[in-house]
Amino acid sequence: MSEETPVQPLREVHGPSALGGGSRRFFDLLWLMSVTEFKRVYFGTVLGYVWSLVRPLMLFGVLLFVFTKVFKIGGELEYYPVLLLTGIVLYTFFQEATMNSVSSVVVQEGVVRKTQFPRLVIPLAVVLTAAFNFSLNLVVVFAFILAWGVDPTWTWLLLPIPALLIFVFAGAVSMALSVLYVRFRDVLIIWTVGAQVLFYATPILYPIEYVPETYQHLIFLNPLAPIFEQVRVWALEPDAPTAIEVAGGVAGLIPAATIFVGVCVFALWIFSRDAPRIAEEL
Amino acid sequence: MHRPATLAFRGVPATATAIEARGLEKTFRIPTQRVDSLKERVVRPFAGREYRELRALDGVSFEIQQGEFFGIVGRNGSGKSTLLKLLASIYRADAGTIRMAGRLAPFIELGVGFNVELTARENVVLNGVMMGLTPQETRDRLDSVIEFAELGEFVDLKLKNYSSGMLVRLAFSLMLEVDADILLIDEVLAVGDAAFQQKCADAFHQMKAAGKTIILVTHEMEAVEEYCDRAMLIDSGKIRHIGDPAEVGRRYVRLNFERGSDSGAGPSSEGDEVRLLDAWVEDAAGERRTNLEHGEAINLNVELEVVRDSDGVGVGFILANADGVGVFQFGTEAIVDGESVALAAGRRIRIRARIDNLLTAGRYFVHCGVNRVSGGVALHVTNAVGFVVYGGDPHSRGAVTLPHEVEAVVEGGEGR
Repeated sequence: MSEETPVQPLREVHGPSALGGGSRRFFDLLWLMSVTEFKRVYFGTVLGYVWSLVRPLMLFGVLLFVFTKVFKIGGELEYYPVLLLTGIVLYTFFQEATMNSVSSVVVQEGVVRKTQFPRLVIPLAVVLTAAFNFSLNLVVVFAFILAWGVDPTWTWLLLPIPALLIFVFAGAVSMALSVLYVRFRDVLIIWTVGAQVLFYATPILYPIEYVPETYQHLIFLNPLAPIFEQVRVWALEPDAPTAIEVAGGVAGLIPAATIFVGVCVFALWIFSRDAPRIAEEL
Repeated sequence: MHRPATLAFRGVPATATAIEARGLEKTFRIPTQRVDSLKERVVRPFAGREYRELRALDGVSFEIQQGEFFGIVGRNGSGKSTLLKLLASIYRADAGTIRMAGRLAPFIELGVGFNVELTARENVVLNGVMMGLTPQETRDRLDSVIEFAELGEFVDLKLKNYSSGMLVRLAFSLMLEVDADILLIDEVLAVGDAAFQQKCADAFHQMKAAGKTIILVTHEMEAVEEYCDRAMLIDSGKIRHIGDPAEVGRRYVRLNFERGSDSGAGPSSEGDEVRLLDAWVEDAAGERRTNLEHGEAINLNVELEVVRDSDGVGVGFILANADGVGVFQFGTEAIVDGESVALAAGRRIRIRARIDNLLTAGRYFVHCGVNRVSGGVALHVTNAVGFVVYGGDPHSRGAVTLPHEVEAVVEGGEGR
């Protein structure tokens, strides 16, 4: 051993985990992986970013036609088109994040089986990539909102709160799905249906006050429902019923909040339990 | 101030420890019936809850000093790959501790954690960060990685378009450039062409001179004896010997030989999926024989037992003469159990082969190898059966008598 080699202290190695390896490295990796993925998807195609807009806009166009020209219920509401677009773009973020992360850990098999790094980075990078997309789509949404004649209000400043809640919920669902998929391959099929159900169980196609009151409570079990309702109030219609009003008081929000927290806790628990063994199960 | 004192105490010895492993244990649970979907779990909640335990590592303790070139040797299924993955923090040990001084760069199964959908540039940066550099440090080293790998023109090409040689070169030079304190290398000394191999050998020597610790995991004894200061032989999850590489090499060969020579009756090692029950040679009438006359067909019979559920295997044979020269190699296709190539534990495989006896007189041995369809060797038995061939042309010097025609013609002579 040459003299200039510094003698390093021995540190215990704990094997793979969800978070291990220092927060600095965790965030470096998270950022790198999501930026790289974002570039890969959008710089590789000719139209690039335009593609990520096509899907929500197509859906928006079709639904707008169906609900204003065919069923005509949307026509009665002044704000229906903006409400629909905002809801679709928000939900597209949630759906893209969770759907793409289901198989993320398995797709990255080569990396998982050959290197040591915090496993949690993989699903979270997918969510972050979807968030980049979402923020670009927001530009279009706000342009549309302003063009529709909605006046900006101070409550726009509160919008990062629901956005953050959706981000956290998407992250938790993604964590749980990605690690379950390692062992149960039908999770992808189940979630395809689940995400569809959740779309209709969120007040996107319909304003919540159109729903009979008994069912309103059912819909408000979906943690996304009060969040989307509050976005509607803060972003578009200050006069619309707030999430608390729909729930009939703060207490009415407790079931949704419990489910929200429960999903997060379950996701953290199952991911940290299974993370050390992902490489063996693949 | 106690803490600095302890640190100084650890730091003082000339041979500082780079890796210390204590009582490592790892057991894999192999489900006797795999449940792959939630639906199955719901429909049959108790199916697939039965496991057989495979003890891959059983109380392994060792120390590696800083600056050492350390070899880990073992047969397939001996537990060496498991140990490697524990050291690289890819698996977690069931019991025992690993302590390490500094950063480790792994190079496993001819690669690092590449994502083939990304370009070389992106992969180098990502993997550099995974191995503990900052993004900036990695970007600074990108050029030297690419230069060492000789991939300058391809830096923005997606790795899925790379040849396997290019991939290995990129991975190898990345591992060298991340400047880790400990390098963990799994079977790579045959990387690329001769020129690149020379570069790698030079790089090894430089790193050794710089006091880096290098761990080489292999079953090639030549590499171990050429490079390593010390080596460790591992078998059935236990350390059989640690020390002089030459001695480890001798023991490794002996271990293989022992397993091979008495395998007709003796049990196979743990971890083997398939066991050789019996192997013999018989004549056309079905009588077991140990000698055959030249020209008398060789009927080789082999019986194997599937010890644990296997992905499916093919069996290969090498017929070698007394000089150890392989005369003829042949094998089965993937063996099919009903409609599936997967083999359930307890199944027996009977193989019959009829070989024209073109062999010249002498002693012959049959080596038997069972290869997994998914890659890798499930069982290797040297000298599964031996026999003697007599008769034929006693003056023949070749290994075999090939069917031949020969004629000699004298031509010309007009000028005389």
